Order: sequence, then C-alpha cells, then structure tokens
Amino acid sequence: MTRIRFQQSLENLKEKLLVEAGLAEQAVQRAIEAYRKRDLSICELVSRGEIDINILEREIDQAALDLLAMEQPMAGDLRFILSVIKINAELERVGNAAKTISERVRHMERMAAAELPVNIPRMAELASEMVRMSLQAFIEADAEAARSILTMDDAVDAMNKAAFKALIKVMEEQSHLAPQALNALMISRALERVADHATNIAEDVIFWVLGDDVRHHKSVNLLQQQQDKGETSA
Amino acid sequence: MGVGIEVTNLNAWYGANHALQDINLNIPANHATALIGPSGCGKSTFVRCLNRMHETIPGARATGTVRIGDLDIYKDIKPVEIRRRVGMVFQRPNPFPTMSIYDNVAAGLKLNGYSNRHVLDEIVERSLKNSALWDEVKDNLKKESGASLSGGQQQRMCIARALAVDPEVLLMDEPASALDPVSTSKIEDLIFQLKAQYTIVIVTHNMQQAARVAEKTGFFLNGRMVEFDSTDKIFTNPSDKRTEDYITGRFG
Repeated sequence: MTRIRFQQSLENLKEKLLVEAGLAEQAVQRAIEAYRKRDLSICELVSRGEIDINILEREIDQAALDLLAMEQPMAGDLRFILSVIKINAELERVGNAAKTISERVRHMERMAAAELPVNIPRMAELASEMVRMSLQAFIEADAEAARSILTMDDAVDAMNKAAFKALIKVMEEQSHLAPQALNALMISRALERVADHATNIAEDVIFWVLGDDVRHHKSVNLLQQQQDKGETSA
Repeated sequence: MGVGIEVTNLNAWYGANHALQDINLNIPANHATALIGPSGCGKSTFVRCLNRMHETIPGARATGTVRIGDLDIYKDIKPVEIRRRVGMVFQRPNPFPTMSIYDNVAAGLKLNGYSNRHVLDEIVERSLKNSALWDEVKDNLKKESGASLSGGQQQRMCIARALAVDPEVLLMDEPASALDPVSTSKIEDLIFQLKAQYTIVIVTHNMQQAARVAEKTGFFLNGRMVEFDSTDKIFTNPSDKRTEDYITGRFG
C-alpha cells in the first residue's frame, strides 16, 4: 500500500461525513419526536443541531476540495470524493428538512390538538429508515443495498400524495382545521424530501462503487424509449 | 492526414528479455492515444516498434504485425521510409547543436533528398508554424543555433523537424517531462491541434497529461497491455483492478 497520507485523508473524510450523517439522522428523529409530543424543547435541540450540521458541511467540502487540488485523485478515489461532496449536500438538506418540521411543530403547538388523516410517524419511520439504510450502504460500499433503497422512495411519495389529498379535503370541509392541516402538509412534504435525499445518497453510493450513473433513470429511460420509437417510425 | 495503426500479436525482446508480450491494439487515426504504465513496463519499447527503432538496438528483435495505414511495416517497407512516415519526438529535446534553427528543421528533408531552397524555406516555415514556434524564431532562423533556444522551444523545434518530412504518425516519448508547466502546456496545446492532421501516440508518466491530451489510453504492465479504452473510462472507472491500483497510486 502506498500513498499513506492520502489514504488517511480519505478515511478522515469518510469519518467526518458519518458524524454529519449521524447528526442528520438524529435531527429527523428528534423533529418527529417533537411532533408526537408537541415538545418545544426538542424543537430547540433540532435548531441547535442544524448549526452543527452546517459547520460540518463546510469542513467536509473544504477537506474534499483540498484533496482534489492536492492529490489529483483518479478512478475510485475520484468517484469517492465526488460522492462525499454530493452526500454532504444531501445531509445538510436532511438537516434543513428536520428544522422545517420542528418549525411547523412550533406553530402547531400554539393551536388546539386535532385529529388529522395523515400518519406522520409512519412516514417519518420509512424516510428515516431510508436515510439509515443509504448510509449503511455507504459505510459498507454496498451498491446492491443502495439499489434496494431506490424502490422505497415510491412508497413515501405515495404516502405524501395521499396526505396531500386528504389534508386538502380537510381544509375544504373543516376550515377551522386549515392551519393545522397546512402544517401537517408541510411536514409530510418535508419527510418526502428526506426520502428523496436518501434516494440521492443511495444513487451516489452506486456511482462511487460501480461508476454507474443511475440518477433520473425513469425519466431518462422514458425519453430514450420515445426517441427510439421516433427513430423506428421515421 | 493521419492513418490508423493496427498491432497484432506483437512481441519484442532485448536478448533473452521478453519485453513485450502479445500486444494487440488498434490506434485510431487522427486521435491522440496515450500509453501509461510504470517504468520498464514496455510502453517505450512498444512505440519504438511502431517505427522499427527497437531493432536498431543490438540483440533486440520483434515479431508480429504492425500495420500503419495499408502497410505492414515489417514486410512492405524499408525502415528509413517508415521513419519518414512515422515521426518521433523524445523525452529530452535533441537539437543538432552546431546547426541553425533552420538547418535543424530542414535536416530530415535534406536527408530525404530535398535541395530546392524555395521548397525548403516553405516547408521549414510551415513546420515551425505547425509547432507553434514560428513567431518566436522567424527573425533569427539562420543566425541562431538550435541549441540556444530554451528547453520548451527546443522541443517544439524538434517537433517541427519531425513534422517537416510530412509524417502520418507522430510518436512522442515523454515529450514534456523535462519541461516547465508553461512549456508543457504549449506542447499539450500543440498535440490538441496536430491530431487533426496526424495520428499521435504519446508515452507519458504524467497521468493528468494523458487525461488532458488523449482520447484513448492504454495501460501497460510487465510487458503486457492490461487495458485499452477511452481515456475518460480509464481515469474514472477502469475495468481492471491493476489499472485502478496504478492510476490511484496504490501500485506496489
């Protein structure tokens, strides 16, 4: 083994990203706990935690930039560093989504409790599981595990769509619950975004491990099929 | 215009040392192709087989087929004629020290029987323009010695000398390794421009240089070609672990 210093720097970068990942995952869990308990002290923890995530995001980007400039990485190393930069941005956005949820909880706490037709804890469980699995795939450099996450996103999307429909109905039919429903809708949307970020992380893991770009595969495949059809008919 | 190079079952020896083993490779016309690999891997031997310079070393020999354009260079043509069609630029610039810049560039032409002054003037000017040196030397062509130029200028003069005989292929064996970054950048720009007219094969230890100038890259190791693919594939996602280990610096 050569390039010991470089190898050590890559390990440090990975460790830093995992610390950020832990904070992001914790932020989502805390935000949902705050939602369930309507607990403002937990909301406060989420806000403070977001600052830590932001600081780490900058440190990781700087470390990655230094490695690109100083070491001229190639092949798997280059893909790893690019993936770290992208996962770093995704984790910061997971932190943002958690903060959005906790801010909505602050608003909801001031209002009377209401039964709403949306299972936020279940959605949160699924989205958190996706984040956890995508990071596990990153730790183990497991492209297959990462691939299995891509299909889970559809379930969260479906839950968000159903929540949207049900909550709009609440707003239309029970206008006094509209503010509560609107907050719940924004939380549902934030969780759907968390699942999207987990999906993006999984795609970044696949790119790092295999060099395959699987982003936007559905739309790209559809466009390709349409072009192929066009060529055949022409 | 450049022509393609088709290498089939090429083997080369230095005495008993089997330096190149079963090389099969198609080098596309009018592209730059980079050859990378650790010292002693056979990449320089390989390019020297492409203009039959390998066999000039005592005890050295080669077998197999090398087709440059339509010609099998080990059967259809004399070595001298091959070296006119396949120019070569070396690691260190090799000006003829007692000759002027003009005579350095015209040396190959004179060897090939050119004597008409007007024709020589025209080719020397064109070659120096093609090697991006003309503007820097045009006023002192016959007054200044080739050896008085800077290292980077000398290398571009040697490229002009290689281009003067109107080759189809240009072999470059670490052409910028002895040059500073500015001169290196000029040589790389030149490669970019020259491949429209010539087929270029460049041996380099500088992987960033290979990545910058070449569309195709081949990785040599222990006398064999491990991998040959588009340069972006080689440097972002090589197929062979040995290539990955080498280009990421984990070799050995």
